[in-house]
Amino acid sequence: MMKKNRYKFLMGVVLLLATVFLSSCSNMVVLDSKGPIGNEEAFLIKIAFVLMLIVVLPVFVMVIWFSVRYRASNEKATYKPNWAHSTKIEWVIWMVPIAIVAALSYLTWVKTHELDPYKPLDSDVKPIRIEVVSTDWNWLFIYPDYNIAVVNHLVFPVNTPLNFKLTSASVMTSFFIPQLGSQIYVMAGMQTKLHLLADHEGTYLGQNIEYSGNGYETMHFDAVATSQDAFEDWVEKAKQSPDQMSLATFKEFSEPNTNFPVTTYSSVAPKLFNHIMMQFMGWMGGSDHEMKMMNDMDDMHHMHSTQDTMKMHEEHGSMTMPSDSGHVHTKTMEDK
Amino acid sequence: MFGKLTLSDIPYNDPIIMGAVVSASLAGLAIIILITYLKKWSYLWHEWLTSVDHKRIGVMYIILALVMMLRGFADAIMMRGQQAMAAGADHGYLTPHHYDQIFGSHGTIMIIFVAMPFVIGLMNLVIPHQIGARDLAFPVLNSVSFWLTVAGAGLIMISLGVGEFTNAGWFGIAPLFEKTYNPGVGVDYWMWAFQIAGVGSLLSGVNFLVTIVKMRAPGMTFMKMPLFTWTTLTTNVLMILSFPVITGALFLLTLDRYLGMHFFTNDMGGNMMMWNNLFWMWGHPEVYIVILPSFGVFSEVVATFSKKKLFGYVSLVWATAAIMILSFTVWLHHFFTMGNTVNVNIFFGVATMLIAIPTGVKVYDWLFTMYRGRITFTTPMYWVLGFLTIFVIGGMTGVLMAIPPADFVVHNSLFLIAHFHNMLIPGALFGYFAGFAYWFPKVFGFKLDEKWGKRAFWGWAIGFLVAFMPLYVLGFMGMPRRMAHYDTMAWQPWLIAAAVGALIIGLGVLSQGMQIYVSIRDRKKNADLTGDSWGDGRTLEWLSSSPPPVYNFAIIPKVDELDEFWAMKENGTAYQQPAEYHDIHMPKNVMRGPIIGGLVLAFGFAMVWYIWWLAIASIIGVIVTVIVGSSHDDEEYIIPAAEVKRIEDERFAQLAAAMEEKKNN
Repeated sequence: MMKKNRYKFLMGVVLLLATVFLSSCSNMVVLDSKGPIGNEEAFLIKIAFVLMLIVVLPVFVMVIWFSVRYRASNEKATYKPNWAHSTKIEWVIWMVPIAIVAALSYLTWVKTHELDPYKPLDSDVKPIRIEVVSTDWNWLFIYPDYNIAVVNHLVFPVNTPLNFKLTSASVMTSFFIPQLGSQIYVMAGMQTKLHLLADHEGTYLGQNIEYSGNGYETMHFDAVATSQDAFEDWVEKAKQSPDQMSLATFKEFSEPNTNFPVTTYSSVAPKLFNHIMMQFMGWMGGSDHEMKMMNDMDDMHHMHSTQDTMKMHEEHGSMTMPSDSGHVHTKTMEDK
Repeated sequence: MFGKLTLSDIPYNDPIIMGAVVSASLAGLAIIILITYLKKWSYLWHEWLTSVDHKRIGVMYIILALVMMLRGFADAIMMRGQQAMAAGADHGYLTPHHYDQIFGSHGTIMIIFVAMPFVIGLMNLVIPHQIGARDLAFPVLNSVSFWLTVAGAGLIMISLGVGEFTNAGWFGIAPLFEKTYNPGVGVDYWMWAFQIAGVGSLLSGVNFLVTIVKMRAPGMTFMKMPLFTWTTLTTNVLMILSFPVITGALFLLTLDRYLGMHFFTNDMGGNMMMWNNLFWMWGHPEVYIVILPSFGVFSEVVATFSKKKLFGYVSLVWATAAIMILSFTVWLHHFFTMGNTVNVNIFFGVATMLIAIPTGVKVYDWLFTMYRGRITFTTPMYWVLGFLTIFVIGGMTGVLMAIPPADFVVHNSLFLIAHFHNMLIPGALFGYFAGFAYWFPKVFGFKLDEKWGKRAFWGWAIGFLVAFMPLYVLGFMGMPRRMAHYDTMAWQPWLIAAAVGALIIGLGVLSQGMQIYVSIRDRKKNADLTGDSWGDGRTLEWLSSSPPPVYNFAIIPKVDELDEFWAMKENGTAYQQPAEYHDIHMPKNVMRGPIIGGLVLAFGFAMVWYIWWLAIASIIGVIVTVIVGSSHDDEEYIIPAAEVKRIEDERFAQLAAAMEEKKNN
């Protein structure tokens, strides 16, 4: 009797949760993507989930079935105390997971290539370049194509590829707009890359998702996807702004502070992004020379990977650039 | 004299911290007064604190784990409370700086000072019994390992009231934990507590590996070892291979923080990405270090309470070995989002999924052990069934996150938090609780109360689902981990649900407290007089009396079968008194363990506060203690054959009476 009630209670909880779950699906931004990258990633989650149910659902069924059927009080059930091996069963329980993992591995191979955050998106529309700088604890977005910048607010046109370059002026952070897809770490003295696209207009939550100290929880911003016209209007307006992002302004802005008000800047110090990266590379000596290298590298091809700062260290001195692909110095790179 | 330490480092103006400090101190004081009142200091010192008996050390490890679990759980309740409140205009009751220390201490405590001592405690209690040995290979080392773990735990407890704890998370976030961004003592407390306990764990790993490889009873080949022994063996291999990595990494961080070097800094060629690699090269095997012994417990429990041989023993052994090896090939999945090249991500993604195969096989082997069995639903079996049902959900989300592009959208979110708690609570902790209930009568001679045990199970199982399923949803809603406050109001209802779940788990924890109280009260009624506490024991630990004599086995058994004790019972050879007994050599108690523990605690504290004279003095003290201790030749004592006979005769008389009574019932 007691037991029956317990099951009823459990079922009630499950049903209640299911109801709340379904009714809040609209808030599940990760699964309700507004861009092709996010859509693909949400699809991957769903397909992997369904595939894995093949292994998981029988577990639920068998736990209940075996518990009821083979309970000690059920004298009718078969009892085979020494039965401990069945080649047939062993085959099934090894091969089914192997098959599923094989399928998922194939999917992983294809999709990881396809959804590489470093890979530029196919589109007829000319991409917009955005340079992202995280500080303690704010975001600066620089638009080198327009020589404007904005703090804690990101505006971009819909259906236009966004080519992000990211670096940190302080500790490690992670740049993430859940409704558009992939996040990427943001690290000082290094550059990472991310390519996203919004195919619906709207205002989405953007945030730092890697804990970065006491002001971390304030590091969120509105990411606004607008029409092309509205975007151009916004750029025009930004160009009228009385504020300018000079090196001095940046220095002040990057001091630890939270909730820096949304501000647009009508101009940006030349190569500010590289300058921020170079702050952490003074140890290499001759920062003017380095600066020039960095600037040159911007125009180079075949660069990849943040993994290899170490390489840069080794090559320090001669500063020759590896000619083939793969790991090149720092943090630069254009697409293959 | 006191280095950096001044009176102002004691946060006496923070009511929450002071409340915790005062209540912890009062509890400590009450225990001290009680011991003094009962005149038990000498007993405690001679019988327990200086003991090198693996059974006693095992009990002390588990007490340490349970005490630290209360602290870690209090941290969890505080975090759930804060997040349930701190939405929009409400900033909750904790400052970000305080909240940020809590998630670091929760993680550090739960992994290093709950999971590790619980695992090593269970190993201590069970392994020598299961392999038919009288003690560990290095009993004194075992005591030292334990006291090093206590020293680490002590350092964390001190950080509560003196100074602060790290705000850079339990796994250390580079370069946030560097001096530039974290000049305070919090990171140092974390680093030294972790380092000290880590050395203790490494030494335990060596000890148990040697014990299992060298000290098995005659006839017990590797493929006749009980599964808990197997999982312990693999765990020890993992400990020995992985702990040096974290010891090294923490040492590099020590150089950074104390000598201004640049291993993980932003500038001067430091590389924060190297920390992530080094940490998780230990961190991922560590997950299996805490989970594999649980798998061993589940294997023992499910066979015993299904009254049936374990299904697919060979499969289970190979699956365990496969997990052991694969666990070293997956560390990078902790940071797919670091800008790695595509093929690197694919390699580690696929390697991670491969682990799901042996794990899935294990789950089915346990299920087929139940198939055609005679299942009795005791508390340990409840934990197993709860584990099977809930754990597979975590397995599913784990494989999901092994796909790099899927991970890109859930990494660092509450989805991740839900996932690893879904592995560690049902996977590891339920296993410890199952093992605790299962072997408790062996250790103490009476069973734990079933009614409260089952209540505890329901509290934990239901509480777990209510607390962590909403976190999966919140992950899909894009909520990051470690938020002291948030503005997205849609998250709040789910966080309130999660807080309710934590309270339900609290009911489970209370039930466990009640269970222990009720069981001690009714110990006469629940006494286990046969030594085969559950009546269906299969392995050698059930052969001896409960509690076992100090020497475990008067005569070392010869092993012919996988389930040797079961076979003995079938053949009617289980309880035969030998014609004669021999003298037994046992190790003497030594004071080195607690002395080294105390000195190392002083060393850690001194390093945290830059009290150099104390650091030097205490480390010299450790070295002197080791040298002096090592030059003692007189480390053993002899239990004469006559005394052994007396103990055994008593045991067999008790056994005969118990058997008689059983027959009459």
